[in-house]
Amino acid sequence: MALPAIMKTTAARLSAMYLLLFAACAVLLVFYMTSLSVRMLTAQTQQTINEEVQGLGRAYQRGGLPLLVRTVERRARQPGANLYLIADANGRILSGNVESLEFGVLETDGWTERPFAYQRFGETNRERRQIASPEQDDVARSTHDAIALVLRLPNRMILLVGRDLGEPERFRVVVRRALMVALGMMGLGGLLIWYFVGRYALKRIDNVSEASRRIMGGDLSGRLPVTGAGDEFDRLSENLNTMLAKIGNLNEGLKQVSDNIAHDLKTPLTRLRNRAEAALAGKPETVEYREALEGTIAESDQLIRTFNAILMISRLEAGYSAESVSKVDLADAVRDVVELYEPAAEEVGVGLEAKVAGEFVVEGNRELIGQALSNIVDNAIKYSAGATEKPVVRVALEKKAGEVRLTVTDNGQGIPDDADRQRATERFVRLEHSRTQPGSGLGLSLAKAVMTFHGGRLDLLPVDPGLSVIMSFPERGA
Amino acid sequence: MKNAPVAHEEIAYSDRMKILVIEDDREAADYLQKALTEAGHTAHVAGDGETGFALADSGDYDVMIVDRMLPRRDGLSVIAGLRSRGNTTPVLILSALGEVDDRVTGLRAGGDDYLTKPYAFSELLARVEVLNRRASFKEADTVYRIGDLELDRLSHTVRRGGREISLQPREFKLLEYLMRHAGQVVTRTMLLENVWDYHFDPQTNVIDVHVSRLRGKIEKGFDSPILHTVRGAGYMLKAT
Repeated sequence: MALPAIMKTTAARLSAMYLLLFAACAVLLVFYMTSLSVRMLTAQTQQTINEEVQGLGRAYQRGGLPLLVRTVERRARQPGANLYLIADANGRILSGNVESLEFGVLETDGWTERPFAYQRFGETNRERRQIASPEQDDVARSTHDAIALVLRLPNRMILLVGRDLGEPERFRVVVRRALMVALGMMGLGGLLIWYFVGRYALKRIDNVSEASRRIMGGDLSGRLPVTGAGDEFDRLSENLNTMLAKIGNLNEGLKQVSDNIAHDLKTPLTRLRNRAEAALAGKPETVEYREALEGTIAESDQLIRTFNAILMISRLEAGYSAESVSKVDLADAVRDVVELYEPAAEEVGVGLEAKVAGEFVVEGNRELIGQALSNIVDNAIKYSAGATEKPVVRVALEKKAGEVRLTVTDNGQGIPDDADRQRATERFVRLEHSRTQPGSGLGLSLAKAVMTFHGGRLDLLPVDPGLSVIMSFPERGA
Repeated sequence: MKNAPVAHEEIAYSDRMKILVIEDDREAADYLQKALTEAGHTAHVAGDGETGFALADSGDYDVMIVDRMLPRRDGLSVIAGLRSRGNTTPVLILSALGEVDDRVTGLRAGGDDYLTKPYAFSELLARVEVLNRRASFKEADTVYRIGDLELDRLSHTVRRGGREISLQPREFKLLEYLMRHAGQVVTRTMLLENVWDYHFDPQTNVIDVHVSRLRGKIEKGFDSPILHTVRGAGYMLKAT
């Protein structure tokens, strides 16, 4: 994988960002730690020097200059000794272990303001140098840095006690190096971890991509891999799998619908064609010829009806129907539809009764409700015609549990089978005993779609004998 | 008394109409022109909204048939434009959109009637005829009289040959509509729309049963048929 390609992965980008942040923090830490430790060491050094000076002061008080010089000489010879220097008022070094030091250090009393360069006695070239010499280019070669306390003795001689800064300096270097190494290891570790973790994550994502490519390729039964770890990858895969299952179902439904459309539209289309062909083969201007043409028109009308119903159902189900909604009194709707169907029912010997008292106002579309109700009433009349006793269809309205329920009950043979009742509202489903009846198999589907549009339900309940179809509307304001 | 159905084309129309068809589908427009000519009318065709608007604005048409979706200028905009110029020619809107609200917008734009594609020509012809002559009676008329049939809109009574006939409220409305359009073919959908105020297509012959009931009441015991069935189209109330 080329670098740009690597940087395209989220894991790499995240790792790089973390690494950067981490490094910045570490560098900050290094500087803070070193400066803190150096400051502590300096304070400690100053304290040591103070104690030395106090000791020397006591020696001077006890034995004057000779004792002081002796003490200084003794201390200066000890290994790892501090810096000691006694100079006369002109700055000439008389005693101590300092061979030369930076110009101007002895000019000021008290603590030197900053570390100064010096050369320890006998450490390098024997060459004696003017102490106040300003040219220090070759001195610098073997000098060290130190801080010191400069005191002026009563006889105008100068006492300097100091401490080499080599130790804190070395300490700082050590700390810095240690931290650098740690940082380097951290970076390396991060890279390694990223390499393995990132590759692991990448691999799983690649697996998912691969699986989805297969599914996109048409294998809708395929599923994304789930490792069982229960982590976010698994959760993602599981959700996507659920989605795929849903899509699969929808697809199945669509396939079923298109099969049904193929059957329910092709059959009448074939009949239409046959009829036209037969008419063409026969003699014109005969009764048969005319009947064939009329039959053709009737057949196309039925086809148009089916087509319109399919369109309407899909629009209502898709939820983008733009039909407006207003207050509708279901009692009026029932009265209208019952009044519309009553003569037709009477003609086939079916009683049509409506039990409606009061107002049952819902939010809805009068036209859609009327259409759904007339489909249901139409069905009920059709299927109660074969009842054992006197066939009757009853329409009732009631308020119950925050709903307005419109019930159409017939006393025909009903749909005793639970599964059949479930299927009855599906598109194009025509149950066995209804195959002989005219109709598109869309009446109840349309009614169901209308109920969905109104935020309600369509339920089919068995009664003995017969069937109840219940349209449940949410009650206004409830 | 049974009366044999009359074929639509056998009806003699008293007036020839000059009809403007604004329809972009060439075949549909040609078919309409031919069928309207055969029905005894003169039809002009415009293939797009702008041409249609220009023709309608200059010509003196009895009825216009306007497709809703047209190139260059939308059908509803053509109608609204004509209405704003004071043109009151009755318009029948043709549309592939069949939702209730589409109908409402169509009528609000100034259309007088709305027909969803695909349609039966007999349905279109019946609606165009009704649009042209509107009604046999004025809105203010309180008594409709066709032959020996008389309907009083104030007292809600119906008499034929001086004999009172008792009707249900809906039957009264049905007869009222049929009488207002006496001599014109009235289709089942027109009845459902105007008498019941529903625009869907009832699956069964509910309207036919209502009409035959009404026919039983106004023809039973009388010599001459008055409510005729027009084959393949609908009904017509006409004194013989």
